[in-house]
Amino acid sequence: MAAIPQTSPTPPEVPEQKTTATPKSSSLWLDAFSRLIRSKTSFIGLLIILLLLVVAAMAPVVATHDPTDQQLLDRYLAPSGDHWLGTDELGRDIYSRIVYGTRISIQIGLIAVGISAVIGILLGGIAGYFGRWIDQIIMRVIDILMAFPSILLAIALVAVLGASLTNAMIAIGIVGVPQFARIVRSTVLSVKETEYIEAARAIGAKNNRILFQHVLPNCLAPIIVQATLSIGTAILDAAGLSFLGLGAQPPSPEWGAMLSDGRAALQTAPWVVAFPGLAIFLVVLGFNLFGDGLRDALDPRLKQ
Amino acid sequence: MSTLLEVNNLKKHFPIKGSSLFEKQDRAVKAVDGVSFHVNKGETLGLVGESGCGKSTTGRAILKLLEPTSGQIRFKGEDITGYHGEKLRKLRRDMQLIFQDPYASLNPRKTIEQIITEPMKIFGMPKVERRQKLDRLLEVVGLSSYHKQRYPHEFSGGQRQRVGIARSLALDPELVICDEPVSALDVSIQAQVINLMEELQEEFQLTYLFIAHDLSVVHHISDRVAVMYLGQIVEIGDVEELYANPKHPYTQALLSAIPEADPKISRERITIKGDLPSPSNPPEGCKFHTRCPYAEEICRKVNPVLKQVSPEGQQAACHFVKEVALEY
Repeated sequence: MAAIPQTSPTPPEVPEQKTTATPKSSSLWLDAFSRLIRSKTSFIGLLIILLLLVVAAMAPVVATHDPTDQQLLDRYLAPSGDHWLGTDELGRDIYSRIVYGTRISIQIGLIAVGISAVIGILLGGIAGYFGRWIDQIIMRVIDILMAFPSILLAIALVAVLGASLTNAMIAIGIVGVPQFARIVRSTVLSVKETEYIEAARAIGAKNNRILFQHVLPNCLAPIIVQATLSIGTAILDAAGLSFLGLGAQPPSPEWGAMLSDGRAALQTAPWVVAFPGLAIFLVVLGFNLFGDGLRDALDPRLKQ
Repeated sequence: MSTLLEVNNLKKHFPIKGSSLFEKQDRAVKAVDGVSFHVNKGETLGLVGESGCGKSTTGRAILKLLEPTSGQIRFKGEDITGYHGEKLRKLRRDMQLIFQDPYASLNPRKTIEQIITEPMKIFGMPKVERRQKLDRLLEVVGLSSYHKQRYPHEFSGGQRQRVGIARSLALDPELVICDEPVSALDVSIQAQVINLMEELQEEFQLTYLFIAHDLSVVHHISDRVAVMYLGQIVEIGDVEELYANPKHPYTQALLSAIPEADPKISRERITIKGDLPSPSNPPEGCKFHTRCPYAEEICRKVNPVLKQVSPEGQQAACHFVKEVALEY
């Protein structure tokens, strides 16, 4: 009878050292990041986002005028050396308003997506992990939310809450919940079947611990991708609400509100709407490019 | 020697939902169908069988990671079959599991330190003690303390399995269920891990339920062996006795399939024909009759029970034990 193969009589410490001989510790995230910046489109997206962040942080330095200072004699001035992007119907400097508007847009993006993510991850995580009737109830409510066109739902929510930038952010946050909930739920469904979750149960971990320390951290990649893509959508939705007068209120230099204010002069002074529109376009494009790149970079199937 | 674990008529059926609305009768995959055995304190019971015969399901049902359909599990004399919630959690201290796949059983987002100390954290061990215990565990499984801050993907399969073993020992368990702990490893690493497990058994007075399909490994590590076929134990007994003198035709066929290291030795191989029948629709009578060379009419009708076949306590479930044994 063959005994167990004794081909390697060396003591256990000696072999297997080869793989750990290099002290460099590379993490999954570092790998993903290097893949991310190697892709041209996502690198451009990243640059746009960084530019946006710098402009927002340094707004008082970057701006040339006070964004709310009205010079009624200087209404509808075309772009020039003094007013780089012209002036609007109240003689305010459009360039400075756009610069200050980045602050509002970033604020909207982060807070609205933060609201969606927190609620969505909780609901999706609980639904996916516990399953059964909890899953049924949560996902049917999510289905109902999804049945409404998002902008319509946001308008309805703002109508109930009252028109203000804060309420617009809350409304957009709630509208974004279903996407997060569904993505998190489906990821949780696959992660919870893995052996390391069974291992966690075998060492006596309670459900809370398993869900928050083992399952959800392993669902991060799709959540991050979704969050990045959602920031663009949230900014766009907020601009839409502000355009309708349901978001940022005058004289706040919000891009959507600027579009709305300038639309009367679209033919005579097109720069009043063109530049805020371009700003929205650029930011949303930046987040989308970056989000797409992130998705590719974090996709485990592409990992070698 | 006292009995640590006793399993009586354990069954685990997985229901299959009827495919159509009108199919009333719910069928079930009978993964484990009436298994009984005991494990003495300090010994290793090997559980062998081909893929899909219910070995792993048996192990998981004992740990109550799967809820048994029926039957009884007694651990240290206590009936733990109905345990759940807090009582079950406390039980986890004494029963641990080593997984087959060292790649899938470690959380990729946690460091080795976090993985090994988590069981201690869950059961409220103070931080200083956890640190000491971690260093000691790393030492006994043959890892260095500079491995602590690494993530699982930075390790080889053998090293990961050592981490898994260290984790399972973190709570000083009495019974460790090893679910094919070496089958995912290279042959050279297998030997190391097996030797490590034997050393640990001695050092910590562990009792192993060793699930495997590699008969050589089982021969090496086990004191007693149970052979499973299609959710039932067909033969059980002392390892040397069973390997030297198998009584059940299935055991004989299995043993004859072990490759011999010497190519000059010629041996008659018993080949079993056909595939493993589906556990959702097992054959009537003796479950092995569809593939058994000795099958007679009675085998198609009556399922044989385990009966003692040697004075040393070897048991086999076959109607023709005496005749079959003579022919081997």
